[in-house]
Amino acid sequence: MKLKFNPQDLLKLRNVRRVAQVFFFTLFLFFVFVTDLRYLKGYPVSLFLELDPLVAFATAITTHTVYMGLMWSLLLILPTLLFGRIFCNWICPYGILHHVTGWLLGKSRAEERERIEANRYKKLYALKYVILIAMIAAAIGGTLQIGWLDPICLFHRSMSTVILPLINLFMPSNIYVRQYFHVGAWVIGFILLFLVGMNLIIPRFFCRVLCPLGAFLGTLSSVALWRIDRDTTKCVDCDLCLKSCEGASDPQTQLRKSECFVCFNCIEDCPEDALSFKFMPSLKREVTAPAVTGRRAFIGTLIGLGFYAFARTSGASDRNYDKKVIRPPGSVEEKDFLDRCIKCDQCIRTCPTNVLQPALMESGLEGIWTPILNMKIGFCEVNCTLCGQVCPTGAIQRVTIEEKTGTGPFAKEGPIKLGTAFFDRGRCLPWAMETPCVVCEEVCPVSPKAIFSREVTITKRDGTPITLRQPYMDPALCIGCGICEHECPVTDEAAVRVTAVGETRSRDRRLLMDGGVTSAVTDLEKRQR
Amino acid sequence: MSSSDQKNSSPPPEDAVSRREFLLRLGITGALIAGSGLAARKLWQPKHFVPGFEEQRGMQLRSYAPEISKVLPSLAVAHGTEHEKTIRAALAALGGMERFIQNGDVVMIKPNVAFDRPPALAATTHPDALRAVAKLCFEAGAHKVIVADNPINSPTGCFLKSGLTAVVAEMNLELMYPETNSFAPLSLAGEVLKEWTFFNSPFKQATKVIGLAPCKDHNLCHASMTTKNWYGLLGGRRNQFHQHIHSIVSDFALMMKPTLVILDGMSVLMSNGPTGGRLSDVKVMNTIVAGTDMIAVDSYGYSKLLERDIAELTYLHKANDRGLGNINWKDTLHKEVTA
Repeated sequence: MKLKFNPQDLLKLRNVRRVAQVFFFTLFLFFVFVTDLRYLKGYPVSLFLELDPLVAFATAITTHTVYMGLMWSLLLILPTLLFGRIFCNWICPYGILHHVTGWLLGKSRAEERERIEANRYKKLYALKYVILIAMIAAAIGGTLQIGWLDPICLFHRSMSTVILPLINLFMPSNIYVRQYFHVGAWVIGFILLFLVGMNLIIPRFFCRVLCPLGAFLGTLSSVALWRIDRDTTKCVDCDLCLKSCEGASDPQTQLRKSECFVCFNCIEDCPEDALSFKFMPSLKREVTAPAVTGRRAFIGTLIGLGFYAFARTSGASDRNYDKKVIRPPGSVEEKDFLDRCIKCDQCIRTCPTNVLQPALMESGLEGIWTPILNMKIGFCEVNCTLCGQVCPTGAIQRVTIEEKTGTGPFAKEGPIKLGTAFFDRGRCLPWAMETPCVVCEEVCPVSPKAIFSREVTITKRDGTPITLRQPYMDPALCIGCGICEHECPVTDEAAVRVTAVGETRSRDRRLLMDGGVTSAVTDLEKRQR
Repeated sequence: MSSSDQKNSSPPPEDAVSRREFLLRLGITGALIAGSGLAARKLWQPKHFVPGFEEQRGMQLRSYAPEISKVLPSLAVAHGTEHEKTIRAALAALGGMERFIQNGDVVMIKPNVAFDRPPALAATTHPDALRAVAKLCFEAGAHKVIVADNPINSPTGCFLKSGLTAVVAEMNLELMYPETNSFAPLSLAGEVLKEWTFFNSPFKQATKVIGLAPCKDHNLCHASMTTKNWYGLLGGRRNQFHQHIHSIVSDFALMMKPTLVILDGMSVLMSNGPTGGRLSDVKVMNTIVAGTDMIAVDSYGYSKLLERDIAELTYLHKANDRGLGNINWKDTLHKEVTA
């Protein structure tokens, strides 16, 4: 019943951990890098998100389902229930980032006493449980908000919207063919800098204080069968075990089981060989459960439910929806979208036209950093469903090209529409400025084209006649891809613009009545004859 | 198992893990592992779907139509100056309210209260008409009378200012507002109407349905009478109906098979409908039309009360052609009386 390691084994174990850290961190970076049309092939680029049990658990609360690959999270739940939070110091790429930056910048290289003091448990570290409780309460209410702080979501989002564009800015064309832009990237950038910088003050600040996934795994760790155990007959209370303790889990006294990252540093650092990783040691020498009081849990619940209620009753996901909330193709209906989207921004990373952008307040407080289309920056490529392929939670369903375009067996259903384009005749060259154009008609990708034009001869200001084509929109055919808006020569505010109305994902937001033959289609048939 | 030996040989006594504790801790962890696996398996959604194109299957609405009579008329026209007397006369001509309402029935009366208007403007069902019909229902033995509509304007304002709230209180009726939970999806094999949100809550109790509609001009579909009245049973994006209004209104005749419809032509909104707004839009016609075939009732209303050419009322023709009613009211078994 007791696993005892001799010093050589310990040395090996610590190194095994380092090998694992390098491996998983590299794997994460590799996945981030290949989330690109050119390299994607079949790599499971959202694997870390699918392994994340908090993603699976929280989406199961909001949707009552576990979407496709989220089943992989069982692979992490199992070892956590047996060995504790090994994820935090062996696998988690964001944890490894803080481990390494903490070592580079922080107290890890300070004098021995200072390091020991930096790694003592603080009451502040219970904050992450309150954060987790608030997020779960919000999920029970009906909005998924784990993405704010879930480390995998946070790291993916930071990579997609900040780090990769930054690399490309300094080394052009190394990441993108043309520079990518992300609306409000600076906010995400400063949050990343802040969280990394906090390692100077508190080592592993994010992991110890904020991480809701750590809190979730810490809660599961309460029942772990193995843990670090201190042999009280050997211990001389030197506290050297705290020197490199990553989790600040008090191995020098009663081990805080839910705080321990199972990094094994303490075992090696103990000069008396008093610490070991043991199967089912006595409960008397551990703090089994997370140290969060009922009162704080209650406050966390109130904050979570309040967040849901305040955000939902603000109306942004309902009657007062914003015309700019144009969701990626295959997205589920807006309230379901907010039940599923974890703001990981993998869709934004993989989008080949840069049209997908992290929302700010367009879809309300709940929808911050969820993907919306910005046709000024890009447009939705008709024969592309990459965003749905990488979405781990089904906020964007894994639709096929045929399902998206309404072709083949899906011809009867018709295409997925993202919205509808409307002409602004006051800004349109042929409509308002006696100038030929119809770029919009040229690029319209559907067949027959949703944009059509009628030839007119008008008398110009100087009295000369000019014949030009004036564009019209057929709302029954428009799929809201936005290439007309993107290519319009009126580049600051295009003369044809897509708004969300008419999107097929929501029956409440359709423009034309289902099942009816519209006048526009009849009109088209007439023109074809 | 020699656990007791091991226990004795372990160094500090507090290390001892009893067999009970051992099994308990092992059991808790094992149960959590098994539980999370089973839960995940049960909740697993292994395939994607296409949002917005999911198969819909709503409720079917049953028929509330009375038995077909070969003796009694299916259409009655009564002329008179007072709502109650005239409605009584019309019902008597049809064979009495007892033909339609029996002891213990729960009657749902569907007025048209689409707008926040006083009764004099004739844009809504008149309170005197509701009072008279409810009284007749109770006399015939009705257990309860429900009044429900999903208006265009604010529901509370519409019911209050049309004077119906007062009648509901006076007659001890049940007023059902279109609340969030009042709706359920409905399936219909309509020309355009296939799947729609339906104001279902009154139909959970109702055993009989009476449509009680004013006779009105309508800017888009020419007239709003007993067929168009069922618009108020639908929820959702009704502003899309206008794209195919005649098909939709004719679909209402398929959707709803009422026990009885009553067209209130005492005061008719001749112009500026369906909202009206001036007394000069209203014409006193002193007529009540009641019947079991809403298409026949409406064809009478359109030609005799609104005094227009039936040929232009497309939705009635659509319904007639689909066998949902008879546009030639003169061909039906009818009776005209004076109160």
